[in-house]
Amino acid sequence: MSETLVSVQDMKVHFPIKRGVFFDKTVGYVYAVDGVDLEIKRGETYGLVGESGCGKSTLGRAMLRLNEPTAGKMVFDGHDFSTLKGEELRKMRRRIQMVFQDPLSSLDPRQSVESILVEGLRAHDLDEGKESTSKRLRELLSAVGLPTTALRKYPHEFSGGQRQRIGIARALALNPDLIVADEPVSALDVSVQAQVVNLLEELQEQFGLTYLVIAHDLAVVKHISDRVGVMYLGGLVEEATSEDLYAEPLHPYTRALLSAIPVPDPVVEDRRERILLAGDLPSPANPPNGCRFHTRCPWRQQTRCDTERPALRELKPGHKVACHWAEQIQSGEIQPHEVKPILIEEDDGISPDVPLVGPASVTEALNP
Amino acid sequence: MALLEVRDLTVVFQRKGEEPFRAVDGVSFDVEPGQTVGLVGESGCGKSVTSLAIMGLLPKRGAKITGTVSYDGTDLLKLSDKEMRDRRGRDLGMVFQDPLSSLNPVVPIGLQVTEVLERHRGMPRKEAMIEAKNLLDKVGIPDPNRRLKEYPHQLSGGMRQRALIAIALACRPKLLIADEPTTALDVTIQAQILSLMKELVQDLGTALVMITHDLGVVAGLCDEVNVLYGGKVVEKAMRHKLFAEPRHPYTHGLLSSIPRLDAAPGEKLTPIKGSVADNIPWSEGCAFAPRCPNALDICVQVTPAEEDQLGRLLRCHNPVVPGTPAAEEVPV
Repeated sequence: MSETLVSVQDMKVHFPIKRGVFFDKTVGYVYAVDGVDLEIKRGETYGLVGESGCGKSTLGRAMLRLNEPTAGKMVFDGHDFSTLKGEELRKMRRRIQMVFQDPLSSLDPRQSVESILVEGLRAHDLDEGKESTSKRLRELLSAVGLPTTALRKYPHEFSGGQRQRIGIARALALNPDLIVADEPVSALDVSVQAQVVNLLEELQEQFGLTYLVIAHDLAVVKHISDRVGVMYLGGLVEEATSEDLYAEPLHPYTRALLSAIPVPDPVVEDRRERILLAGDLPSPANPPNGCRFHTRCPWRQQTRCDTERPALRELKPGHKVACHWAEQIQSGEIQPHEVKPILIEEDDGISPDVPLVGPASVTEALNP
Repeated sequence: MALLEVRDLTVVFQRKGEEPFRAVDGVSFDVEPGQTVGLVGESGCGKSVTSLAIMGLLPKRGAKITGTVSYDGTDLLKLSDKEMRDRRGRDLGMVFQDPLSSLNPVVPIGLQVTEVLERHRGMPRKEAMIEAKNLLDKVGIPDPNRRLKEYPHQLSGGMRQRALIAIALACRPKLLIADEPTTALDVTIQAQILSLMKELVQDLGTALVMITHDLGVVAGLCDEVNVLYGGKVVEKAMRHKLFAEPRHPYTHGLLSSIPRLDAAPGEKLTPIKGSVADNIPWSEGCAFAPRCPNALDICVQVTPAEEDQLGRLLRCHNPVVPGTPAAEEVPV
């Protein structure tokens, strides 16, 4: 249980912003993931939460190298995954599978379920004759709770929950060690969400899987995960076991996030105190200096917050937080104050320190 | 008499060569000024169609609407298109789910707000611009003067939703219908928008119809809650009563299938079996019967009638006894 399966070190993914018609000038970067370290132990479920645009999906995709990371490395079961190439990479990918958010658009509408499931087996030479393959397919379907008649059907013939089960069966087909599930239930109806969540938990017990669950819904993540990492604007701000995180959130952002999630109980809702954050998420193309959260933080201090980026440090065993003042905030020494929302440019991501050179349009290029 | 009285509202969609589809089936509810009424349900339960029918936004052809929607004494369903246009935006405001697709992408925000003011309150452009600025300020958009000149794509999701609320509130409508106003937003932004709507209901005495699938949102915001399934209200009660003691197996099932933030560690979720597609038509019994853990033989033979039980309306042959834990999970 305690063996580390995945270790991500200083992962960075920066997307260049290009300008110009003939000449691809890079005028800035979107700092989608900006220095993340994390470790996932074998057999555990690691939950990654954050709001849209915080880089959680990009991080998940970069770990599988579906997006090439700009810097940093990922070590998977002792192998450096980030330097693998070609055939070796393809073989290694068998052990890391992904479940996507939207089950309809991640399944080929013109492939039957059988062909969807067999495709992976063939690609990795696991298709050993008709009989054993069909036995394997039946096993898979019964594991995810679909009837064998599903094999000959096409994705559009299923409901959302059943489609997600097909997506999970496809991931399971290759006997992976790690499954990266990116928003596995957010496209489903509430009554069906629970079915899929329970299925994921049962499969984990049955096959000893390790999960990385990426989601924006903290309640779902708290339910399913052993440990949770909270992301804000490309970096981890807090990491703890899911009970600790809920019982004692240390980072101001986590506190606000937890208090913003509605609880389906009027008694609790009437009583609890909301920490309303002012304004919007700043643009990841032009992140604030210092602590990324200082522009919206109700506990912001005069010093350090806007100049020095806090590193993730272990405050208590297993509970890491990236905040300069976590201890003082926890003890009540620093009280929250009002924050005025600042204008967020829904911007084109041009950072002011990159000079604009080269033509900006065809006309400009033709008539210099 | 309540401000809005919806009685027996039924919407039937008809298509050539297809069975007519009853999207909304005899829905009735009242909304008083300053009150928030919630319509809750999963996709396909008819909650959005209800709101479109009230606003007169359903197509004339293909949708047959029956029942009455009386607003301040007049039946909105009997008004002509022109009369309805005069009311929409003035007396009735609406906030839609996706702010980007409900704002005009090629018209600056300012013009979209002043359009309502000029049309319904007869304000000259200049005056309307000043009022628009005040409105944006009121819904919490920073630097409103600059925002007035900007286009929807230049605003963030939360800001767009605020602009949409500003438009809906421009003429101080007595009734506001919000159709999933926070579903497309992040939780921290959702909290901002919900607290804004709460404030508006309290300060202006607006009647609010809140349509959502999120029981958490309902628990914090609504006074009365209608739970819809397959186009009918299956349970209706004041929120404290409904959440403390859900009686309909569907309401009960919904509440025990969502993970709660304050749940004890290791608590199991109890999903409802099957999916929304497994309905039977209401004419042949209870639409929820195929998914219901409490189903009896009678449930697939006789349509359950709506019964009044001490301030709670319930449509069920075999309601959940208060205090029972969720039914054991049935393999699908």
